[in-house]
Amino acid sequence: MARTRHRVWKYGDNVNTDVIFPGKYTYTIDRDPAELARHALEDLDPSFAGAVQAGDVIVAGRNWGNGSSREQAVHCLIAAGIHAVIASSFARIYYRNAINGGLLVITCPELAEAAADGAKIEIDMDEAQIHYAGAAYSFPPLPDQVREIVSAGGIIAFLQQNS
Amino acid sequence: MTEKLLARASGNDIVKPGEIVFIEPDVILSHDNTAAIARIFEQLPQGRVKVPDRLAITLDHAAPPPTASHAQNHARVREFVRAQGIMHFFEVGRGICHQVLCEEGIVGPGMTLLGADSHSTHYGWLGAFSAGIGRSEVAALWATGQLWLRVPETMRITLSGRLNPGVTTKDLTIHLIGDLSADGATYMAVEFAGDGVAGLSPDSRAVLTNMMAEMGAKNACMAPDAVTWRWLEKTLGRTRPDNHEDRLATFRQRALCADPGANYASQYQIALDEIEPMISCPHSVDNTQALSEIEATEVDVGFIGTCTNGRLEDIAAAAEIARGRRLSKRLIVIPASSMVLRDAAEAGYIADLIDAGATIGTPGCGPCMGVHSGVLAPGEVCISSANRNFRGRMGEPGAEIYLANPAVVAASCIAGRLIHPAELTG
Ligand code: SF4
Repeated sequence: MARTRHRVWKYGDNVNTDVIFPGKYTYTIDRDPAELARHALEDLDPSFAGAVQAGDVIVAGRNWGNGSSREQAVHCLIAAGIHAVIASSFARIYYRNAINGGLLVITCPELAEAAADGAKIEIDMDEAQIHYAGAAYSFPPLPDQVREIVSAGGIIAFLQQNS
Repeated sequence: MTEKLLARASGNDIVKPGEIVFIEPDVILSHDNTAAIARIFEQLPQGRVKVPDRLAITLDHAAPPPTASHAQNHARVREFVRAQGIMHFFEVGRGICHQVLCEEGIVGPGMTLLGADSHSTHYGWLGAFSAGIGRSEVAALWATGQLWLRVPETMRITLSGRLNPGVTTKDLTIHLIGDLSADGATYMAVEFAGDGVAGLSPDSRAVLTNMMAEMGAKNACMAPDAVTWRWLEKTLGRTRPDNHEDRLATFRQRALCADPGANYASQYQIALDEIEPMISCPHSVDNTQALSEIEATEVDVGFIGTCTNGRLEDIAAAAEIARGRRLSKRLIVIPASSMVLRDAAEAGYIADLIDAGATIGTPGCGPCMGVHSGVLAPGEVCISSANRNFRGRMGEPGAEIYLANPAVVAASCIAGRLIHPAELTG
């Protein structure tokens, strides 16, 4: 797999699941992608849902996705077309929900520090590197099986397709 | 120590924090939620559980079932257990999953467990790696026997000295969570070490590893020592009269401890004799205060039980306070397992508690999660030996839950307000 090119939406530390996907919708919106996408990051960045494009990535600081275990906080970003979230660190349940739900998550504090909002970056999964402004940033490589789970659309989908 | 446990479970020589590995856990735990997981499992093409001998299932969360729909849920779990030939199944009344799996020697030193329960961190007190995961993940584990994990960084907490009389590991845990906050150990392994560990009783050790879930930890552990082995010999001698020697040999062979000079992401030192009785105030576990500094707080009801503080030592501490006294408030006591209930009855603790006016419930989770056996009314104030005091946890969002050690719970139900047991015993 060659490098893939993405535009950055940049956010800070401790972005919790309430602002990624508002708690007030958790019981009314569950699976409908259009609805999920419409409310993504609503309370963090009202401009996001209208302007995000398929293939964009989120770059954030520490502890992305802390708070409730709601899976919509993963699904709404997939529905919005987000290719990956790259952060300095992730809350534990968010990290698990992301991979098992089919969202690529990459821990890379150096890039999270460097990349600016609106920047263009390139991700090279095979080399486990992100290229930005002429520099390369390494991240811990993901095992093939994890990449397969993500590209299949999550752990249940993966098992449905590969058994 | 966690890295060593995960290296072996994933078939690697060494693993490093941040790395993702696939492990095949020795035990896969679920409880009343088994039926819900089975519905996810049905969407998978496998149809059959790949490793039925590694599944352990207990009926404990709403046991005996309080409503017909809970009863139906249990019936579905039994059906699943029979159809899939699940090896370890424990019926209503045997007790809380975490307590029962330890007593039965299903999990022990050097083993790995993944469970559909957030307090699956529990088993680290035996020197096991154990962590909680989501329901879809458990369904995937049933199908394949393996799951990915991110190797956590380790926080070491070094304990020195001894706890003062009347102070327990519950107070130590509340102190720690208050200090480091509810996300102080997010995604980390917490390892307890130091000469202070040796002085901690087996019943009290699980409180530490169990409640690290309330600090965001992925797992918590301590190396097995003489206390651990004595407890295992005694307990397995009772639950596995025929094969406890074999089981102990397996555990001995698999037991692991931290390397000298191991790397830690952070380190804390705690002098045990500086800890005093602590309270977690509503509505979060890290909202802590020293009992001595708390302002006058009336209580309506007390609860002693749960996987955190429902063991023999806890019931003994409550009986000690209650003996020869009269409760002024309701006190519900629910032993963590049938073994604990039996021992507590034999020791006379149950009689002491009943004579004082307490109610004894069926071994299991009781009202801990707010489904039955003593849930709270709006406005009620509960003093509890459990591990969580979130708003609505015991049934009603308008109720307030304070967490403390079992002796404080019993004393407070006698006085009708939060007090230090020494106020009664002089
Ligand atoms: S006793 Fe409470 S915390 Fe422990 S397993 Fe049961 S419901 Fe969970």
